[in-house]
Amino acid sequence: MKLNRRNFIGSAAAVSATLSAPMVMGGSHGRPRVVVIGGGAGGATAARYLAKDGKGMIDVTLVEPTRTYYTCFFSNLYIGGFREFSSIGHTYGKLAADYGINVIHDWAIGVDRDAKTVTLAGGGTLPYDRLVLSPGIDFKEGAVPGWDVTAQQKMPHAYKAGSQTQLLKSQLEAMPQGGTFCMVAPPNPFRCPPGPYERVSMVAHHLKANNPTAKILIVDPKPKFSKQALFQEGWSNHYDGMIEWIGPDFGGDKVEVRPDMMEVVIDGEVTKVDVCNVIPAMKAGKIAEIAGVTNEAGWAPVHAATMASKVDQNIHVLGDASHQGDMPKSGFAANSQAKVAAMAIRGALTGSKVFPAKFTNTCWSLIETNDGIKVGASYEATDEKIAKTDGFISKTGEDAALRKVTFEESVGWYDGITSDMFG
Amino acid sequence: MIELRHVLLSVIVACFAQSAAANHADADAKRGERVFKKCRSCHKVGEGATNRVGPQLNLLFQRVAGSIEGFKYSESMLRAGADGLVWDHNTLDTYLENPKSLISKTRMNFRGLKDAGDRANVMAYLRQFSDNPANIPEASPTTVGTDHEVDPAILALQGDPEYGEYLSSECVSCHQIDGADSGIPSITNWPAEDFVIAMHAYKDKKRVHPVMQMMAGRLSAEEIAGLAAYFEKVGQ
Repeated sequence: MKLNRRNFIGSAAAVSATLSAPMVMGGSHGRPRVVVIGGGAGGATAARYLAKDGKGMIDVTLVEPTRTYYTCFFSNLYIGGFREFSSIGHTYGKLAADYGINVIHDWAIGVDRDAKTVTLAGGGTLPYDRLVLSPGIDFKEGAVPGWDVTAQQKMPHAYKAGSQTQLLKSQLEAMPQGGTFCMVAPPNPFRCPPGPYERVSMVAHHLKANNPTAKILIVDPKPKFSKQALFQEGWSNHYDGMIEWIGPDFGGDKVEVRPDMMEVVIDGEVTKVDVCNVIPAMKAGKIAEIAGVTNEAGWAPVHAATMASKVDQNIHVLGDASHQGDMPKSGFAANSQAKVAAMAIRGALTGSKVFPAKFTNTCWSLIETNDGIKVGASYEATDEKIAKTDGFISKTGEDAALRKVTFEESVGWYDGITSDMFG
Repeated sequence: MIELRHVLLSVIVACFAQSAAANHADADAKRGERVFKKCRSCHKVGEGATNRVGPQLNLLFQRVAGSIEGFKYSESMLRAGADGLVWDHNTLDTYLENPKSLISKTRMNFRGLKDAGDRANVMAYLRQFSDNPANIPEASPTTVGTDHEVDPAILALQGDPEYGEYLSSECVSCHQIDGADSGIPSITNWPAEDFVIAMHAYKDKKRVHPVMQMMAGRLSAEEIAGLAAYFEKVGQ
């Protein structure tokens, strides 16, 4: 064997490997292999940190069906006309070229936990030492009577960003003067707790300028919602009389939709609507269920310190799909969890140092031009769950200058997190 | 392209020239020194002043923008300098009113001085350190980290940059690692001491930002020192 740099690094790694205790070097196949399913805030971040901090010692494969990923966060700002659609689209070129990640654009359709392989729709099979599942959400069947995914062209959910978001925006723009926009809001827990209410704000912003006699109806099964006081204050300041929120006290939990008729039935009463945004109850993305790591509620329970599945120590579940404790289901949270998981996986596979897990989340929302609000918290891992340690929320009655700074901050955050995800 | 920028820059500056000149005559350096409190957590001026988060401001007038050696400027500032931007009363007045209107991606995270009198006064103050360098007043250089006092024992801690790199993964969800600032301040390549002082100011709730109070609140002095050591050198 000729001694060259690659051999030298390889043997040096092998020596240190034998010295460090918890080692899962995959015997015959050389570098340990991590397969990441899902290229969003959780998956893209995990893949990038594994590759970056693994410094070539880990073989990282990222499986994501779309070539251009549209972030769910800030997709409401596109609906409101504050962002171009292209500005929320991202590609995986840097992760492949700069970080050496094997990016595969395909659907993962099977997980064999005994053989430790992932099956792809295109026919391929990927072996793994560790599997990271970050598939986001899917919708529970039958959650809103009358609605299923075949109705999503007539009544879009627009809760996975992309063509659905564009469809909802075009329907909004085509609304007749004085028409009704209805949102069927989801029950807890769901992706992006302030998301539906920011969306209503963005819809109202559009209507105020283009269709001022239109109405917005929110049919909500929940008695209260995220940043409620802040949103309701903003709605009354900016869109007085336009938005009606129907909570469970008034039948918000008893809703049926008729997509062919464009009707919404609330507690037996039929209402004709012009646009209907149905956001059904959610569960973990389907591959988590296929892998057999979800619970009865449809989410994947994980250990807080490592984000490892409570069912299978070789599978880590991130972001919306995970059932982890106190963190909301948000892109920020998924990004935060991904770094903790990447560190734990790297530690297990290469013997690198593992520091105590720390998590953070902040969710910004835009109510109207330059009227931004935020809520956030810090968290730590306990034996039981990810537990909240501290938090803050914007106050009602804040001055306009502060709200403007808060909005500007959210724009900065968007650039920060997307470069943290995609390099 | 370069010429177009030139023209734009001159037009912008020309628009503000008149008001600046008008205020200049009544400017008050003493008042300017008080206005400068807003600047001095990042900028030093006076004898022995060195670069901190921002470049030192001695001999600022007639200085070409982005020209202090050893200071890491934004690309935008370097480009403006290359295009011929020189700091004088007019250009500074424009910049100080709204930094990003003149240098779109400046790393200076400052919202600007809206009051023309404040701008004129602070320029009068800075002028003392520029026009007659041989005759710099005896005023001592503005001291370090001026918005918050930190225990010298904390300042003396030697941070571990590797630990800082691990901890930094929490920072870079918002603060861009390449130093770009698009609504959230750049935190790269600050002098470690300034970084430590700023973080302790948040930790002690002397600076008001709720996210930063929360983030700094759960970091130990060693962890803050580690972050400061890491961010001081990152990308260099």
